[in-house]
Parts: sequence; C-alpha cells; structure tokens
Amino acid sequence: MKIGILQPVTGALAQDGEHGRLGAEIAIEEINAAGGIKSLGGARLSMVFGDARSNPEGGVAEVERMQAEGVVAIIGGFASPIALAASQAAARYDIPYVVDVGVSDQIVQRGLRNTFRFGPGFGTVTKAALDNLVAINEAAGRPARTVVIVHEDGLFGSGLARLLNAQLPERGFTVLETISHPTPSRDMSNVALRIRALNPDVLIPSSYYSEFVLLARTLHQQRIKPKAIYAVLNGAASNFRFVREFPEAANLIMDCNHWADPRKAKTAEVRAKAEATGRFWLYNIPLNYSCVRLVADAIERAGSTDRIRIIEALAASTFEDHIMPYGPTRFLNGQNQGAAPVNTQVQDRDIKVIFPRAFANATPIFPAV
Amino acid sequence: MYSPEILFAALLNGVMTGAIYALIAVGLTLVYGVLHIINFAHGAILTAAMFAVYGLHAAWRVDPYLALLPLTVGFFVLGYAVQQLIIGPASRGDDGNILLITLGLAIIIENALLAVFRSDTRSVDVPYAFSVVEIGGLLFSLPRLLAVAVVIAVALLLWLFLAYSRTGVAIRAVAKEKIGAELCGIDVARIYAVTFGLGAACLAIAGSLLMPTYLVNPRVGNAFVLVAFTIVVLGGMGSVPGALLGGLFIGVVESFSGLFMGESLGQIGIFLIFILVLLVRPTGLFGAKA
Repeated sequence: MKIGILQPVTGALAQDGEHGRLGAEIAIEEINAAGGIKSLGGARLSMVFGDARSNPEGGVAEVERMQAEGVVAIIGGFASPIALAASQAAARYDIPYVVDVGVSDQIVQRGLRNTFRFGPGFGTVTKAALDNLVAINEAAGRPARTVVIVHEDGLFGSGLARLLNAQLPERGFTVLETISHPTPSRDMSNVALRIRALNPDVLIPSSYYSEFVLLARTLHQQRIKPKAIYAVLNGAASNFRFVREFPEAANLIMDCNHWADPRKAKTAEVRAKAEATGRFWLYNIPLNYSCVRLVADAIERAGSTDRIRIIEALAASTFEDHIMPYGPTRFLNGQNQGAAPVNTQVQDRDIKVIFPRAFANATPIFPAV
Repeated sequence: MYSPEILFAALLNGVMTGAIYALIAVGLTLVYGVLHIINFAHGAILTAAMFAVYGLHAAWRVDPYLALLPLTVGFFVLGYAVQQLIIGPASRGDDGNILLITLGLAIIIENALLAVFRSDTRSVDVPYAFSVVEIGGLLFSLPRLLAVAVVIAVALLLWLFLAYSRTGVAIRAVAKEKIGAELCGIDVARIYAVTFGLGAACLAIAGSLLMPTYLVNPRVGNAFVLVAFTIVVLGGMGSVPGALLGGLFIGVVESFSGLFMGESLGQIGIFLIFILVLLVRPTGLFGAKA
C-alpha cells in the first residue's frame, strides 16, 4: 500500500523537509514492524517520497507523480504555499491529503473534502501565544507593556505580524514598531540598533531559522536584553541545534510553536530513534510521525484502499495514538479541533515546556533580566 | 530621527558589511576584467569556502583565522585547476561558453554541498565570536572589525601584485588586449587560470572572515553575490579599486537605508543606485571608457 510523503528536501526549506520525512519514516517502519494494516490482511505501507523543492509548483508536480504511482493518501507539504497548492492538486483525484504544518488558515477554508490539517493554524497559535503572554506577564506583576515585532517579510511572517498588530493593543500592549527583514538576510546589526533605540519590554520575532539565529546572536553580542524574547512559530527558538550551538544567545527565549507531548512514553521513544540518525529533535518529526499514524488508523478503519472511504474514515477520526498534546482527533471542515501549540522556554541548555500548565515541565522565567 | 551614536554605529556596521562585499566583488571583477565573463559559480565557490572553514573547525577544531592562509592557497590552486582543466578545455576557445560552464559548475557545487552537508544551517563556535570593542559607548563586533582590516590589507597586496609583479603586469595586459598580449608571448590560458585562482582565493578569505560571526548552508553564497554584481557595475566592470570602494559604499548605503526604511525596503537603496549608475555613468565609477 503506497503512502505519499511530500516534503521540501532541497531549496530554502530543506532543513524542515528532511526532518518531516524522518518522522514519517519512523512511523511507517513501526507500523510495518507491528504487522501493517490488519483489516487488509497485514498490508505493508510503502513510502512514495516526493521532493516539493521548496515551492508550490514542485509540490504539485510531485502530487501528479504520486497519483500516477497510485498512492492511497498524501501527507506533508510543510510550508503554507506548498500545502495549499498540493492539497488542491490532490483534490482533483480525491486523494486524501493530510497537512503536517502549513499554518495559513486558508488551507482549511476552501471546502476541499480531501484536505485535513492535523496541527493548529495561524489563528489558534496567535491566540494561544497572546493568552500565555498575558498570563506570564500578569503572574510577574505586569512588568511588560511595550513590544517590538521583528518578522520575515514573506507570507508567514507578514501575516503573523498583521495578526499580532491587531491583537496586542487589545491585550494592553503597545507595539512600538514592526520591523520586517528579507529572507535571506546578511546582517542584523541595524535591526539590533533599532531595538536598542526603542528599548522594548518584549521582543516578538517571527523568522525562519538562519535569520533568527543571526538576530539572537547579534542581540547577545550587543548585550541587548529585553525582559522577554517571545517568539511565535519561530524557526529557531524551539530548535535544539540552536540551543546546543549558542546556549548563551538562546537562553530564556520563549516560543509558542508545535511541540510533542512530553508526557507520552512514545514521545521519548520516537525522539531516541530520531536522534539515533544524528538529527536534532525538531517539531516536524513528531508532527509527521503522528500524521502517518493518523492516516494508517483511517485506512485500518476503512478496511479498504478506496480513497473516498479513507476520506470518510479521516473525517470521522477520533484517533488518539499520536504524540502531540492534542487529545482525541476531531475534524471540523478538515481542521483538527483539538490541535494546539505549546509554549517552550530555553532553560539550562534544554527546551522546557512552560504552557499549558497540564504538562509543563518548568515554570516561566520572566522577566529574563 | 536617530541619535548621533546610532547613526555612527550604522555607518560602521555598513563599513563592516561592505568590506566583505568588497572582497567578494574584487574576485568577481577580477575575473570579469580578464576573462570578460560573469562568473556564475562565484556564489557557489563562496559557499564551498565557508563549508571548508566549517569542516576544518568541525573535524579538527581549526580556528577560522588559522584556516585562512591554507584555504587561500588551496582555493587558489582549486580555482587555477578548474579554469585550466574544466572551463578552459570545455569552452573550446569561445569565451561565451565560459558563462554557461560556470553556471553548470554552480549547480554541481551547490548540490554536491547539499548532498554532503545536508540542508542544515551551521555555524562555528569560537570563543571570540561575541567579543566586542567599545567605541564611544557603542559595542562593535571584534571579528567584524578585524575583517575590515584584513580586507584592506588583501586589497593593498592585490593592488601591489597587479601593479608591480610580472604576472600582475601580464594579467593587466591580457585584460586590456588579449591578442596583443598573446603576441608578446604571454600565455593567455595560464593568465586566465591565475585570475580564476585569485578570484577563488578572495572567496576563501571572505569565507574565513565571515564564519566567526555568520552561518553557512548550501544556498548562502548567492545572497552575497547578488550584491557583489551590483558593486562590480558600480565600481566599473573589471576595476579592483572600484570594487573595493563600491563595496564599502554599498555596505553603508544598505545600512542607512535599512535603518531609515526598514530592512526589507532598505534593499531598494542598493538597486536604486544600481539603476542610477547604469543611467548616468554606465562605465561605473572607475570603469574605462568603452
């Protein structure tokens, strides 16, 4: 039984794509080792991998190839533009499509019945991020009032900055300035200079990995220390590579992002398998691992390779054998209603969960100075 | 309006970034001046140089500054060999082909690096990465200030080499009049190779200077080379002093336009100047009259 795994493994997003693929591989291996799809006589899953080449056209081309190879479902996409285009292409053949990351809410607002998103979207993440920021601030006696937003100037960063600009004032924060930067950026010295001049209480960065690393290092070097660096869906603030390589620059940075559920025994097991391949534990791994398991569960219940029956099984899914902090799955118009982000903070050279309280393994350290 | 300290800091930031741009542009303009082609592999070679610095540090903890000298020699030899063994023979005497070959080389190098190092962004961790120099209450990165000094020294050495050494004179002769130079007994193929080697050596130096404060992934070089193209045109195609001053100038322009218009819009500053130069002085600041 062929499962399409679509990830960008060349081009600008390759780091994310490689880790997404790894998560899917671990899940497929485990499912096969446990006897495959039992309702279909122990049918084994085999991966048809497609490289989306970090752009929507690449994603669509690979969907066409996967259709020709006869996949029963496709999982992945990573970036919003890729997930948007690829799920649309899959819709023409009624191929069930499960989006792994793609946070743009447009993805699940087009009425495509084949498209499901297991993780949370933009809106959900921003709301949770601001709820938690307010809670952290209240608990510390409201030391933070002013915010500077730094964001990459693409679809992801700009969209997020717009949401934040609309919602921060309602929550009692003053946005001093919104600074956008291109990807790739060669230098963050001037962004740091402006932050120094504005002297905000909280810095909210939303960038991809390299630019955020550059910014964090420059801030550290310039000894600019806001009361909090509070990232939203940031490429680096919950990335172990960054924490290992620059523990001082990364220290106490908070992030509201996808994250595996640390309470589940399975999480540690998957993490050990991923790290055994020499990779760092990025959220793409548990998300894709869980998505593959979600699809396998749907096929198991459908008891068929018929795409429509698998779509129906996904729509009715109550799957809970995943390693994300979501609870039982429930799709409404393709969006998993239980999906939620997690707040992390870099503490003691480790990434700790600080929200939700139900499974936090650390308390927020705020203000950082 | 920003305070004078911040404006001063932006100026110095511009000079520090500009120095690296200048070094990359010097390599590009040198190859253009002699071979009369834009070397499309320039960005990929820079990426390769940065990975070489990273690799030496990761494998044997070689300090990026210690790696500078051997890598400069190594990349000179590499550049020489690539021109002599690949580009030269494959171009079959037509300089127009060289452009396509360098484009092909760029694709091969980038994908080879992607296969070996994978797509992760990497950086070297050196104890002095966060060292700063305090000037008037402002903090400046020591490695980046050091880079400015090294670039100035390299430019001076290169200028002396081109002005006074026999090979330097031969390079200038080939740049000015290829057939004439050949008639005087200059081995043009060898001069092409030396020039290509020098261009690659400049990138090895740039890579060593960048790595203590920057990062590397298989696509990183292109971000610098796009700006370097602008600088080459601004300074005058083929002019080494033009590339040096143009690099510093573009660095400062980018810094100030970034400060006043935002980083995203700040890029406009560079390309506005690019268009202005093409309109008003198409030969560039130091370019020979066509």
